[in-house]
Amino acid sequence: MRTVLFQLLVGRLAIGLATLFIVAIVVFSATMLLPGDVVEVLLGQAATPEAIAGLRTAMHLDDPAPVRFVHWLMGLLQGDLGQSYVNNLPVADLIASRLPNTLRLAGVTAAIAIPLSLFLGITAAVMRGTPYDRTVSILTVAVISVPEFMTATLAVLFFSVWLGWLPALSHLNHVDSIGDMMRVYAMPVISLTFVVSAQMIRMTRAGVIETLDSPYAEMARLKGASPARVVLRHALPNALGPIVNAMALSLSYLLGGVIIVETIFNYPGIARLMVDAVATRDLPLIQSCAMIFCVGYLILVMLADIVALMANPKLRG
Amino acid sequence: MTELVSIRDLKVEATSDAGRRIEIIKGVSFEVKEGEIVSLIGESGSGKSTIALSLMGYARTGCRISGGEVMLDGRNVARMGERARAGMRGAVVSYIPQSAAAAFNPAHRILTQVVETARIHDLMSEAAAKARAIELFRALALPEPETIGFRYPHQVSGGQLQRLAAAMALITHPKLVIFDEPTTALDVTTQVEVLRAFKAVMRERGIAGVYVSHDLAVVAQVADRIIVLKDGAVQEEGATGQILHHARHPYTRELLAAFHPSPRAGEPIETNPAAETPLLDVSDLVVGYGGLKADGMPQITAVKNVSLRLEKGRNLGIIGESGSGKSTLARAVAGLLPPASGKVSFEGRMLAPSAGKRSRQDLRDIQIVFQYADTALNPAHIISDILGRPLKFFHGLRGSEQDVRINQLLDMVKLPRALRDRRPAELSGGQKQRVNLARALAAEPKLILCDEVTSALDTVVAAAVIDLLKELQRELGLSYLFISHDLSTVRAICDEAAVMYCGEKVEQLTPAKMDSGGQHPYTRLLFSSVPKLDPRWLDSFEHDREAVSAA
Amino acid sequence: MFGFRVPLPSLIGLVVLLAWAVVAIAAPLLVPYSVGEIVDFDIFGPATDQFWFGTDYLGRDVFSRILMGARVTIGISLAAVTLAVVAGVGLGMLAALLGGKFDSLLSRFFDALSSIPNKLFALVAVAGGGSSIPMLIAILALIYTPGSYRFARSLAVNINAMDYVIVARLRGESFFYLARAEILPNILGPVLTDFGLRFVFIVLLLSSLSFLGLGVQPPLADWGALVRENIGGLPFGAPAVILPSLAIASLTIAVNITIDNLPRKIRDRSA
Repeated sequence: MRTVLFQLLVGRLAIGLATLFIVAIVVFSATMLLPGDVVEVLLGQAATPEAIAGLRTAMHLDDPAPVRFVHWLMGLLQGDLGQSYVNNLPVADLIASRLPNTLRLAGVTAAIAIPLSLFLGITAAVMRGTPYDRTVSILTVAVISVPEFMTATLAVLFFSVWLGWLPALSHLNHVDSIGDMMRVYAMPVISLTFVVSAQMIRMTRAGVIETLDSPYAEMARLKGASPARVVLRHALPNALGPIVNAMALSLSYLLGGVIIVETIFNYPGIARLMVDAVATRDLPLIQSCAMIFCVGYLILVMLADIVALMANPKLRG
Repeated sequence: MTELVSIRDLKVEATSDAGRRIEIIKGVSFEVKEGEIVSLIGESGSGKSTIALSLMGYARTGCRISGGEVMLDGRNVARMGERARAGMRGAVVSYIPQSAAAAFNPAHRILTQVVETARIHDLMSEAAAKARAIELFRALALPEPETIGFRYPHQVSGGQLQRLAAAMALITHPKLVIFDEPTTALDVTTQVEVLRAFKAVMRERGIAGVYVSHDLAVVAQVADRIIVLKDGAVQEEGATGQILHHARHPYTRELLAAFHPSPRAGEPIETNPAAETPLLDVSDLVVGYGGLKADGMPQITAVKNVSLRLEKGRNLGIIGESGSGKSTLARAVAGLLPPASGKVSFEGRMLAPSAGKRSRQDLRDIQIVFQYADTALNPAHIISDILGRPLKFFHGLRGSEQDVRINQLLDMVKLPRALRDRRPAELSGGQKQRVNLARALAAEPKLILCDEVTSALDTVVAAAVIDLLKELQRELGLSYLFISHDLSTVRAICDEAAVMYCGEKVEQLTPAKMDSGGQHPYTRLLFSSVPKLDPRWLDSFEHDREAVSAA
Repeated sequence: MFGFRVPLPSLIGLVVLLAWAVVAIAAPLLVPYSVGEIVDFDIFGPATDQFWFGTDYLGRDVFSRILMGARVTIGISLAAVTLAVVAGVGLGMLAALLGGKFDSLLSRFFDALSSIPNKLFALVAVAGGGSSIPMLIAILALIYTPGSYRFARSLAVNINAMDYVIVARLRGESFFYLARAEILPNILGPVLTDFGLRFVFIVLLLSSLSFLGLGVQPPLADWGALVRENIGGLPFGAPAVILPSLAIASLTIAVNITIDNLPRKIRDRSA
């Protein structure tokens, strides 16, 4: 039995690596859709034909695409992320200065959203059909149905404009005290929590309801188990896998939310760095940011997958 | 004896998807005395399980007890609060489900779940509960009673799980146990063992039971009294012997009659096998799943070196339990699963291993009819389209010619012509199986592969389908390869039957020899394991499984 | 049209959808002012009798701009979702029918594509391909094809295992017949539902892209772009920044409640 689990884990790992390779190809080829004009952009007024040709050779732009892809991939693996086209700084430095901010934002949000979603999702599933459940369901559908920027702007309107409690923008350079920090992070975290939790709550609720409808949950009721016992002992251990997977998949929404929230609140994170890079078509920066996001996301999904596998008694043996 | 259970005018309502309320139990009344086993018998949709669950004050999602009283041990379960009901469930009345495999929680060890009921109601200490569980495992003839509880549910067999579920039900010394079709999902040879274990334990401890089943022969072995249900109402009630021998209600008589199908009327045709080319000739067939190993054999072999001959106008039955390879054999003959080795020839011509490579003539000559009419008919098409397609495809019939032929086909399978514009969902199970048959007939085949065609049908309906198959054979000169796990059906329709066990054909014999039990020990075990209507059958059942394993 | 009563929430949703459809088609006839025209000196003006939804950051009529924006948002999204679902369902049925290597390779490839978070994919693709309208439609369709494929494939695999499909195969029917007559009619209901939900996702992604300034480019403006250009009015609670958002919400919520309240009969299968 152990070996079956081990084989499955190795299989998952192999699939993860293969996926990452395909993702790298997609990221690389998507950014190469319109080649050529990068050099002209870089040189600007000084774009004589000779200068263009020289720079193209220097940047290996005349090599065939597969060769450039291999160069790029090898560079990434060795930690060489290249130079920004726009301000000629090493991409690694640009990212290093922004990444911690984004991780902090995502971390704080996850720390709030995960327990909150577990609580609301599980309680709504247990009290299925009650007004409480219906309220939770309607609110989550509403949040999922509207764009993230609307959730964020409404939050600003409510907390900053009407109540005047919190500043609308984040300026990390003026953080002097805990109170300041709370005020700086509050708006982005509130907006992001809304967006991520809605998804997590829905998936958690669905996962728990499925196990509550199972024959073994019915059997537990017929043994005289209390509703709490049915949920805690019989439904939840089996819902663990689906719930962990739901959490991981919701991280994709966390990422999408981060992109919008950092832009709205002018938060100096890596997502806004990337949005700005897209606006200026700074390809090395875009590629690196995209790969960082994809690697991070895939690792989390794979971890969730492994946890779900370990939670399956049929494989644990 | 005093009355333990007394149900008066019980009504249960169900709410349909469209929000309509339907009464599914229409005023049922009966009693169960202490120590007595009462059986609720009926076909699907008769409400037997719903009534049994109402004894625990439980109604499935969408249903509710809407009237009447359910007195259990002096208290009305129908009017009790949820907390009081939970207090009785498992302690006073307990439940054995149809599928223990689904009812055991996959996340916990078996012993934990067996003793859980005792812990919930705080009836005994953990240690006492475990000791009692092991004692029950032993009483239920489970192997390794000391350690079997430490396994997870997926690590024991279906027959064992069913007995473990009984241990879970009995651990609290309940006054009443509900058996909800507890052996229906099991093979007959396993069913005997489980039934014997149940009966021994119940008799020894004098516990009352309500036994829900659709199988009169099973019920005859365990019940003191039988209640016959149909459409949520009681049809007849009486002591087991009285129901079996002096049934008054026409419906009960129909059920009993379906148990004794008339054997095949056809006189034994004397053929010289060597002289005539057989219709179907299967030789040394090996079929399996998974990739091929180095020696060219499949990873998992489901059919091992099976040879069969079927003469024109005759029927061959393939009998076996689940996993015996009988369906795989049929799929290989049909060309759905190419064999690893061996030959299939039809009227002397070799058939290509896979259906995609067979000629249209070959595809037309052999038709297959599946077990579940629900999945065999496209729900998006109307009946005339379902029948019209093979007519157009094989015979080029269109327009009014096709219409005439569709009507003829409906007449042949005894369906009203008005059904031609309906969709499958609007037909009953029996009607769907007739359409299924009509579609096979539309091709004008010479051989029909019948894969458990009556197994999903209620007894009475199945008997009618068998009669229809026999009639069609007389009129059209068809041959059937009849795959079934049900011996009485095979006996009713086949000239000969091949017995499959673990992928091998162990024996081939005529219906007359079936009664005498056959030569091979497995054949004898299989035939003797089929429950008989005689209530003494189970007690006199003697067979040794070891003899089979040894052979 | 259906053999039963359509529940009230679905009816409300349908009415809203119908209204937006009419607006999208007839917008030029309905707008009170030209979309580019500066009609008032007051920027971020409140709602008045003259300007129902107030004025924007340049003093243009917000009502007119939202009506015209409906065309852009709904037009692009509808084109993209149609492409995605047609491609997804076609390939999904093909994979289910052919099975084997074709199925596993295609599935693995689409799985990899869908493991790139949507917004990130969109950003990368826009960076490479630009933000012209055909390119936006292609990018949005590409991002949502894997999901549509996976959904249609799993439905088709289930149907393909049904005995009636096996019977049709044993008759020697062609792939085209199997797909058209046996599989498609039985997955149509859920596929249409999926079409609606995917339309919502695409509207949201397009709006987000435009909000970031990377989607629809001026002088055209979809609803997301309207929010972006008027974000400066947020501190004043100007209608110009709130109402385009509400327009998006009314469309997406209408689709969701229409679908959620349809009888199971339609959602699970057609017929």
